[in-house]
Amino acid sequence: MSVRESRIASLVLGASAIIVALAVLAVFAFLFKFALPVFTGGQGACILSGVWNPFKGQFGILPMLAASLCISLSALLIGWPLALGLCCCMHGFTPRPLGRFLSILLRGMTAFPTVVYGFAAIFLLVPVMREALGHGSGLNWATAALILSLVTLPTMTLVMDAGMHQTERRLRLTGAALGLNRQQVFSHLVLPACRSDLLAAAALGFARALGDTLIPLMLAGNAPQWPTAASDSIRTLTAHIGLVLATDSSSATYGSLFVAGCLLLLANMCVQLMLRTHLRTRGAA
Amino acid sequence: MVQKFRTLLLTCLALTLTASLAWGAPLDAFTGKQGTIDIAGGTAHIPVMKEAAKRIMTANPEIRISIAGGGSGVGVQQVGEGLVQIGNTGRALSEAEVAKYGLVSFPFAIDGVAIVINPANGVDALTAEQVKGIYAGKITNWKQIGGADRAISLYTRDEASGTREVFFKKLLAKGDIATSANVVPSNGAMKTAVAQDPGAVGYVGIGYIDATVKAPSMDGMIPSQENAANGSYTVTRKLYMNTKGEPSALVRTFIDYLLTPEGAEIIRASGYIPLAQ
Repeated sequence: MSVRESRIASLVLGASAIIVALAVLAVFAFLFKFALPVFTGGQGACILSGVWNPFKGQFGILPMLAASLCISLSALLIGWPLALGLCCCMHGFTPRPLGRFLSILLRGMTAFPTVVYGFAAIFLLVPVMREALGHGSGLNWATAALILSLVTLPTMTLVMDAGMHQTERRLRLTGAALGLNRQQVFSHLVLPACRSDLLAAAALGFARALGDTLIPLMLAGNAPQWPTAASDSIRTLTAHIGLVLATDSSSATYGSLFVAGCLLLLANMCVQLMLRTHLRTRGAA
Repeated sequence: MVQKFRTLLLTCLALTLTASLAWGAPLDAFTGKQGTIDIAGGTAHIPVMKEAAKRIMTANPEIRISIAGGGSGVGVQQVGEGLVQIGNTGRALSEAEVAKYGLVSFPFAIDGVAIVINPANGVDALTAEQVKGIYAGKITNWKQIGGADRAISLYTRDEASGTREVFFKKLLAKGDIATSANVVPSNGAMKTAVAQDPGAVGYVGIGYIDATVKAPSMDGMIPSQENAANGSYTVTRKLYMNTKGEPSALVRTFIDYLLTPEGAEIIRASGYIPLAQ
């Protein structure tokens, strides 16, 4: 490549990077711009309260924030260990054909539309949950978290797998020289070396679960109450946006959407920043 | 062989022609007309207005129809001030509104709402008082109102739903809905949820009731399309189009179109009951 060409390439790439960054900033700016009147319009304290009853002038969306965090964290708690286990299967802990089959299956699962998971769960998982818990409708925190963990599973597994694949290739010879077999190399060398990939997978899985709209909308029950038990019907911020979007766009009910959007962005940003600082301090130590 | 094929082809052609002629008939009223119709107001009307507008504008591109929401209040105000030609309302106009703007109302559909329960539920009749108790969270088990020993699971609709509005005003009389009630986003989702859950209670537009759910009688009234139409079932509202004074020829044609059998079919497809002409 000539100097001229490489200069053009770097210009184009730099410009695209700036455009993407500006687009993200614009999303933030617009959300805050639209959310601000909600606070200055006299319902500021009201919107950050705990009761949602728009027909009585109560627009609190904090229970939805709690629900979003609860559902995505529990989906992460179920999904992340499963993803780790699947990675172990694909890296020498099961016969090779099974490992290859799992890898193909997971790649296929990433292409599954979430609505298919939701629809299948309504007919297969919801009745089971309803009978197992003995009360309620089966549309609750636990059902949504279980399916969300399934939805985020392939993404997390593939991110982990990509990191491990590189690391394993790099360490295989070293391990063999130490007289370790494949499983020993994996558990004693590869896994500790992949700490950042494991955390990155968790961050991605959490972001995916927090942002998913369809699964909570279809399976979590959408009752605007504080989550207190796994059998509670709860409403996430994303489902709230989906439910309220069709209301009159000048109403206070509609205004709550922008605050919901802001909270979602902020929650996600906090988690990502925490993980990044954690990784950086770890890396430095 | 060729002869046979030609006959077949001709028959097909003739059939398509007659079919398209029969289909196009109610839309013929718009032939040769042009102009714009602006519509605003009730959100429940929007699916009907959109489908009608789509068919009319496809048949005659000279006619432009714009549709906005805003609710019944906005519909009255905009048509009264001459900003739109048709203002939609989900309620009858008040005398003050008619007097202030000189509006003329055209009811075209009935929006009825019925309580639905799981078909396996033994309860066949409910009263409005019982429904209020159930939705307020005071009655929590079917055995309290003569059913089997099973916890009641509540289903309600989202904030934007017109069905919820009718239910909330006409049946609950603006009573409380427990915050623990499950919220579903559409009439279809309500039906699926209630059909699956043996302890469920929910409500749907009457047009959506089928064999997958059971609609118990309400204060002795049987919820059905016929009863909603003849007034013996009262958890209903009429959907109106309103014009300022007598409508212009084009607007009149639009209103008449919704009262034809094709208009009735559009109204039914949106889950409402067409009013007999």
